[in-house]
Order: sequence, then C-alpha cells, then structure tokens
Amino acid sequence: MEKNLTYIALFAALIAVLGLIPGVTLGSGIPINAQSLGIMLCGTILGGKRGALAVVLFLALVAMGLPLLYGGRGGLGVFTTPWTGFLFGFPVAAYVTGRIMEKWNGRSFLVGAVLAAVIGALVLYLVAYVYFMEMTGSSLVETFATIVAPFIPGDLLKAVVAGFITQAVYKARPSALLSRA
Amino acid sequence: MLALSLQNSGWAGKLPAGAKLLALMGATVLLYPVQSPQILAGALLAVGGLYGSLGRTAMASGLAMLKPLVMICLVITLYHIAIGAFDRGLVFVLKLLAMVGIANFVTMTTRLSDMMEVILRLLRPLQRLGVNTSIIALAFTLVIRFTPVLILKARALTEAWRARSKARAGWRIIIPLVLLALDDADNVAEALRARGGV
Repeated sequence: MEKNLTYIALFAALIAVLGLIPGVTLGSGIPINAQSLGIMLCGTILGGKRGALAVVLFLALVAMGLPLLYGGRGGLGVFTTPWTGFLFGFPVAAYVTGRIMEKWNGRSFLVGAVLAAVIGALVLYLVAYVYFMEMTGSSLVETFATIVAPFIPGDLLKAVVAGFITQAVYKARPSALLSRA
Repeated sequence: MLALSLQNSGWAGKLPAGAKLLALMGATVLLYPVQSPQILAGALLAVGGLYGSLGRTAMASGLAMLKPLVMICLVITLYHIAIGAFDRGLVFVLKLLAMVGIANFVTMTTRLSDMMEVILRLLRPLQRLGVNTSIIALAFTLVIRFTPVLILKARALTEAWRARSKARAGWRIIIPLVLLALDDADNVAEALRARGGV
C-alpha cells in the first residue's frame, strides 16, 4: 500500500521534471517535449491503474495552480483550450499502455514496451482529436494536419526511448517494475 | 516551487474558492456556444476589467500567462485569413483568450491550499465507497515535496554529464533519474510503514 502510494507520487513528480527538459514548439502551438515520455513511462513501469493514477495526480496539481506543465504552464487556464484533449487523454494513454504491458507475453520485452507506448500514443491522439473537433468545429483533415500529423515522428521516437528506458529499469530494479509484478 | 497565485489578490482573493470555481464553470459553459465576435470581444474586455481591478501587477502577470498563446493566435488568424474565413478565426481567437483569461484569473486569485481544500471536499463522498481521502491529501503533499527534490537530482545528473562530455545529455540522463526516483519511492514507502503506515 505504502509502496503504491509513493510510486504513484514519485512518478507524478517525474512527469513534472521531464517537462523541464527543453523541447521544441511547433507553429501550431503544441510543444513537443519529454513530458509525454513521462506519461508513457508511467504506463510501462507502473502498469495501467497506477500509471493512470500518477497522471491524474499530476494533472490535479496542475489544475490547482502549480506550473508543472511543459514551459512552466499550469492553472485552470490550460484546461479551457481546444487542445485540452491532450491532457484528458494522458491518463487514458497511460492506462492503455500499462494494461498492454501487464498482458504482454511475447518473447521480446523491449518490443512489448515500445508497442504499448505506441498504442498509448494512438489512444491519446484519438481523445485529443475528438475533443479538438468538438470544441472548434474543424474538419477531419484540418484537425489531423494540425494536431496529429506533426507529432507522429516525435512520438514514435519517444516510444522507442520509453521502451529502452523501461528495459534498463527492468534490468536494474526488477522488483520496481510494478507493471510486470 | 512557485505557485501561480498572486501574493496580493485583492477583493477576488477574499472570495471563497468554491464560489470562484463554480463561477468559472458557469462562464465557460456560457461562452462555449457563443459564435458572435462582438459578444466575445465584450467578454474579453470584461475579463481584462477583472484583471484591471486588481492593479498593475495582476495585469502584468495575467498577460505573462497568456504569452504562450500569442504565437498560436497569430498562426490561427493567418490560417483563417488564407482560407477566407476571417470571422471563424476571430471567434476562435477571442473565445480562446477569454476562456483561458478567466480561468487564469481564478488560479491567480486562489491559494494552492484553498484549491486543494475544495478538491478534497469534492472527493469526500468517495469515503462512503471506501476510498481513504487522507491518502489523496498525502499524495498531493508528496508530489509537491518531491518535485523540487527530483529537479535537483536531475540538475546534478546533467552537471555530471557535462563534466564528462561536450554533447548534450538529453534523454540519456532519464534512466538514472528514473532509478533515483524509484529508490526514493522505496525509501519513503519504508519510512511511512515504519511510522505506522497509511
């Protein structure tokens, strides 16, 4: 019980810290950075339920007014934009990633972790996509071009990095990988 | 770690946090379906008036919080001019600024502790379902305490990397950072258990 609590809390803090690593901001205004790598790691390392809880905890603190989102953003204002679907999609993505990681019994651990992160990212796109269209009334193609397509290369790269990090953690601290416990 | 709330938040700081959050929800629901640029411009002016009523510092920090949106608004406006739908772009930008502005206003005038109290009060019905809400409060505190600790550790790792290499550390410091976080989590879990557990 204590371990679940501290793992969830420390991973919420880890998402915040990863947001400090400099990234790039696209013309369409959505930043590409390591924060979403933190979301993937929550899933691959903590598993579905705990991973999602860590992300929810992180988002709750952002909503309360801590500037923990990438670029020092935070507060309630980040939840009233058409891009908020990305934030709402974060816990869902972590959950899906974690569930796949828990169920994966293929030969390669690395392939499983990367695959789980990729599918989590797809779920994230789906939530963000529907939310953006609902909020702005943009067309399918417009939405795809502005909020999905620009992220695909970066997220594929991040999924591979997340896979390698998860594998390294598995080797160094096998008991810490709650998703495989 | 700095919160986004103002030191001196005047009359708005004295209002109860719950009331402000309800008002924010109401304003968001009302603004969402509006398609008239005139009404939205009026709403944006009213939001500006709210900031203005708190003085110059509030105005400046309000504008600073909107800064990340400037680039986006510019791109959106240009895009809509290019496709010949200036009105739609104008509505989008005005609505975005008004909605984000008013939400930021609530954040700036409400202390973190008050905000947390509201959330914990909202979660109280969960107790009947067997959820221990004091654990949630402890989780909030742990994150607030551990984020600066992890930031310091990340900085130390980056410096150690820089002492050895000309290349940027980038993602390679994330593995040791995750391991440090996991060890911290184990230690804190043990300390909690030693003190009677949660």
